Amino acid sequence: MTTGRPLIQAQGLVKRFGDFTAVDGIDVEVHAGEAFGFLGPNGAGKSSTMRMVGCTSPPSGGQLRILGMDPVRDGPAIRARLGVCPQLDNLDPELTVRENLTTYARYFGIPRRVARARAAELLDFVQLGDRADSKVEPLSGGMKRRLTIARALVNEPDIVLLDEPTTGLDPQARHLVWERLFRLKQQGVTLVLTTHYMDEAEQLCDRLVVMDGGRIVAEGSPRALIERHATREVVELRFAAESQEAFAGKLDALGERVEVLPDRILIYVPDGDAAVAEVAALGLHPANVLVRRSSLEDVFLHLTGRTLVD
Amino acid sequence: MTAQLTRDRPALPRVPALRVLEYHLVGYRRTWRAGAFSSFLLPTLTVLGFGLGVGAYIDQGVGGVTYLEWIVGGLLASTALQVAIAESTWPVFGNLQWQKIYFGQRSSPLRVGDILAGHLAFVLFRVLTSVIAFLLVTGVLGALRSPWAVLTVPVAALLALAVAAPTFAYAASVDSDSWLAMLFRFAVIPMTLFSGVFFPVESLPLVLRWLAYATPLWHAVDLCRAAVLGVAPYWSVAGHLGYLAVWAAGGWLLARRVLTRRLVV
Repeated sequence: MTTGRPLIQAQGLVKRFGDFTAVDGIDVEVHAGEAFGFLGPNGAGKSSTMRMVGCTSPPSGGQLRILGMDPVRDGPAIRARLGVCPQLDNLDPELTVRENLTTYARYFGIPRRVARARAAELLDFVQLGDRADSKVEPLSGGMKRRLTIARALVNEPDIVLLDEPTTGLDPQARHLVWERLFRLKQQGVTLVLTTHYMDEAEQLCDRLVVMDGGRIVAEGSPRALIERHATREVVELRFAAESQEAFAGKLDALGERVEVLPDRILIYVPDGDAAVAEVAALGLHPANVLVRRSSLEDVFLHLTGRTLVD
Repeated sequence: MTAQLTRDRPALPRVPALRVLEYHLVGYRRTWRAGAFSSFLLPTLTVLGFGLGVGAYIDQGVGGVTYLEWIVGGLLASTALQVAIAESTWPVFGNLQWQKIYFGQRSSPLRVGDILAGHLAFVLFRVLTSVIAFLLVTGVLGALRSPWAVLTVPVAALLALAVAAPTFAYAASVDSDSWLAMLFRFAVIPMTLFSGVFFPVESLPLVLRWLAYATPLWHAVDLCRAAVLGVAPYWSVAGHLGYLAVWAAGGWLLARRVLTRRLVV
């Protein structure tokens, strides 16, 4: 599927802050045209990894090559070919929407005329064309995020890095961002994103790594990960009573695996409806029953014993 | 795919700091009216108030010139100082802590030194425009005794770097903006009052006089006053310039170190 040298190549990559090891020896390869994701809870080391890839944070150990270059020695040359959308917007609220793009384009050596043309094009792309001359300050969170994405594209980057691109956005704004990112992906732009939303990872990523505690605990396409680490379906049971553990004991025989969470019990089975019937046959009456397909959330739960979003 | 990797790219800017300056100027286009007021009208009012108002009570003048003529050079240096420090305190703090502008710049090909140099270049622009406007007004008022007064412009530029660079380092290292107000209360205001702007430092007790000599402001005041009056400065010109250059160079190294610590983590 992919040929040539990987755009990003990490071997045993480590990031330490004093005694704390944020990234604990990860191996990653990202190829041209891929949408690659780092999935994991807060504190898993995703953002530290992104900053190292973005050449703003020197690795503490291991090997890292970006676009075939050394991030410490060739930082400016690499950054010239990256587009970065940080976790927290750092737009200038005093400037207009357009000026935020044109001034940023100038850092890359882009001539003024080209910068203006590209800004107009990108603002249309992120559906902010009619706000070009308004200040950034009054824009909604979703608009600011889309503007930040537009700014990350101003130098026509080889790789776009998106650190939690939809965290803090309402569902509607989030869908708008996903739709734009999906469009970029279709255009063949290489995307690298971090997220703790499994639906974001499932929708956007061709391939992803699951991170926990600074390590990679699994790697593959969303579908392959689900097939490998979860069953086809999941039955979610909620009991009114507090003694979930007691029920769980009776359910053990039903599925391939049973997970007891504080608020519900998950039974991993090939056929959900059949399992629901068996639960009823056991004489158990949960307050709430839900049958769904397995997701990356279940993969994460299986691998780490914890949920992604608390 | 190959086309994507071998795409023609514009060459990176030869002097990247100029692109940072350009960014600051675009922002300044929106706020220059307020900036012009504080950095130009205010000192003009001070010249009028002190020079003419207080000057009316000082019948014999200072060392053979009127108080207005005597005070103009000092006020010019003090204006440069005020503008330089104002542009290196809250703006720097805000760009790191509030809007995080520097982090955005850091994601581009800019290096830490470019971000710092671009900011200082903007400070220089602000100081120079203020000082030139100040010279025009005081010139029209007839308060400049000598054409040597034009030399106050490079002196003001050096003073600006001598105070803006260490102030940048300070503003980039504090974690609350109340430390910035402290800087004004305990450094800028005393320095303005006791560095020979309003009265000769020779009237101060010896200890305070040496404190005045230690400030970068006094050296610029002495040079600017000499230039405006067309006389030799109290100290050697080379000594003054060297001392200010040491502040500027030391401040630059310190500021670059602090900013690197903040931006490269």
